[in-house]
Amino acid sequence: MSVSRTAKVGTVYGLMAEFDDPESLVAACEASRKAGYTKLDAYTPYPIEEVWEAIGHHRSKLPLIVLIGGLLGCLGGFALQYWAAAIEYPMNVGGRPPASWVAFIVPAFETTILLASFAAVLGMFALNGLPMPYHPAFNVERFVAASRDRYFLMIGAVDPLFERGETERFLHAQGPTTVSEVER
Amino acid sequence: MSVDGDALRGRPPVVAPGHTPASVTDKISQIVLTRTPRWWWAAFGISFLLVQVLLVSLTHLVVEGTGIWGVNIPVGWGFAIINFVWWIGIGHAGTLISAILLLLRQEWRTSINRFAEAMTLFAVACAGIFPLIHVGRPWLAYWLLPYPNTMGLWPQFRSPLIWDVFAVSTYATVSALFWYVGLIPDLATLRDRSRRKWKKLLYGFGAMGWRGSAVHWHNYEVAYLLLAGLATPLVVSVHTVVSFDFAVGQIPGWHATIFPPYFVAGAIFAGFAMVLTLAIPLRKVFGLEDFITLRHIQNMAKVMLATGLMVAYGYAVEIFMAFYSGNQYEEFMLLNRIQGPYRFHWWALLLCNVLAPQLIWIRSVRSTPWLVFVVAMFVNVGMWLERFVIVVTSLHRDFLPSSWGTYSGTFWDWSTFIGTIGLFLALLFLFIRFLPMISISEMRAILPEAKIGKDGGA
Repeated sequence: MSVSRTAKVGTVYGLMAEFDDPESLVAACEASRKAGYTKLDAYTPYPIEEVWEAIGHHRSKLPLIVLIGGLLGCLGGFALQYWAAAIEYPMNVGGRPPASWVAFIVPAFETTILLASFAAVLGMFALNGLPMPYHPAFNVERFVAASRDRYFLMIGAVDPLFERGETERFLHAQGPTTVSEVER
Repeated sequence: MSVDGDALRGRPPVVAPGHTPASVTDKISQIVLTRTPRWWWAAFGISFLLVQVLLVSLTHLVVEGTGIWGVNIPVGWGFAIINFVWWIGIGHAGTLISAILLLLRQEWRTSINRFAEAMTLFAVACAGIFPLIHVGRPWLAYWLLPYPNTMGLWPQFRSPLIWDVFAVSTYATVSALFWYVGLIPDLATLRDRSRRKWKKLLYGFGAMGWRGSAVHWHNYEVAYLLLAGLATPLVVSVHTVVSFDFAVGQIPGWHATIFPPYFVAGAIFAGFAMVLTLAIPLRKVFGLEDFITLRHIQNMAKVMLATGLMVAYGYAVEIFMAFYSGNQYEEFMLLNRIQGPYRFHWWALLLCNVLAPQLIWIRSVRSTPWLVFVVAMFVNVGMWLERFVIVVTSLHRDFLPSSWGTYSGTFWDWSTFIGTIGLFLALLFLFIRFLPMISISEMRAILPEAKIGKDGGA
């Protein structure tokens, strides 16, 4: 399948349209969705919720990952302390039971936060595919402005509806300042 | 709430009018990307000299042992513990600003959260030195961690001192993660802005290929919010656990249930004072009055006043409980604080922490940056004195008069403390030189033109 796809798209990764303001970008995203394009991505200098909704993404899996991390941290923290204090190295302190779990709450709380935080950061990296030193988007000369004050919409060449001339005409109709080809 | 509402109430704006995403980006990133100003070398140089003082003090400590300090029986906790609590308390404001104010949707936090978080990291780095050297044999400090060893030993998990190891190391780690995640989009901006190849490479390495795509931003926002939600209970737990180090003991003046909330309030109080101490000169030097406006200074001063009142309440409860308890040792401890050998410290701390912040009630004081700076300096000193009073007055007069003693810091106590101030400042100067001290991407997002379909946000 990847062979036929490469054959179809050649060296073109997609087409990228540049917009001056966020409203035009959101409108263009909605229009592209309506026209049937599905392989869309938008690039903005700051998070814009409307863009995320306009290109029709599903919800993030991150909260679940963080929950699992937190639960592992909590159980792991308690298990570590129970094992150390009650099984491996029981020590009588003022006649208190070896498994004095109330005292274990504090370190277990800290390990919960620790693992949940690592899950949040590493999960975010994983879902975003970072670190990724190379991406075709960086081949567009104007793309550096995406981290300053410009708003970009890209339609990927893998999109079933993608057709070099047709898609370019479509993007031009959305009122961008420029449309550039993204080299692979 | 809205811009008009603020104007009606005569409040200065969060961002000066007329800024666009481009102007915000250029203004903040040029601080990092232009030539190093000459004053920076002077400031960094002085801090770096103080770092050498720290290194000499630590080397001397390792060679000679803790005998070079003033600690002895009965006062076995001296400068090391005082400085530890002081530094870790300062760190708390950074997390409060970045996490709790984010959850409370306080937009004004945006221009101060980055360097407040940096301040947290550097303060925790300074704080972390002290328990390690306080154990006496710092090269064995890793014994505090649970790990399988040939001695068959495990840490005592019922001890607040072990809780502290977990609390402080988790706090340092999570603060670093939170800070780095916040930096990623700005590192991408610097990667795209810098002209030199090696700068592009270094910032690009840190940005990890961030493209600002809608998918990136969505997961990023979720991660950032979750981290804020995790950091909020964490920051409260850290100083609570620090207070357990005292409150679980039976020494008069330490064994008090007010300690956890009183310590947390004191930490935020000290932290906001330090943020003001840093922010007021920095905004002037870098001409950032458009982003760190009078509004920020007023709001931080108000938080400082509010937490200062909570701390004052803590002092009042300490006095009340000492007499209400009917315990002669508690009663004696309190009278000894007021009129004993360390009365000067106690009265000075009341002046610094209770009296001085009352000036903030006056609008013209909190609208004058240098006056707020002076009050903040009082609080910085006062909070150090508070920890000195808590640690030393309780220990030097314990249950048996035959074991009484006195305590004062030696040259090496002071040189270590001053050395950590140098380390803190040196790290801070490196930070403001090489990383954006204000979050660029968050600043863009709070500009009126960033808000879609809300008539420009007004």
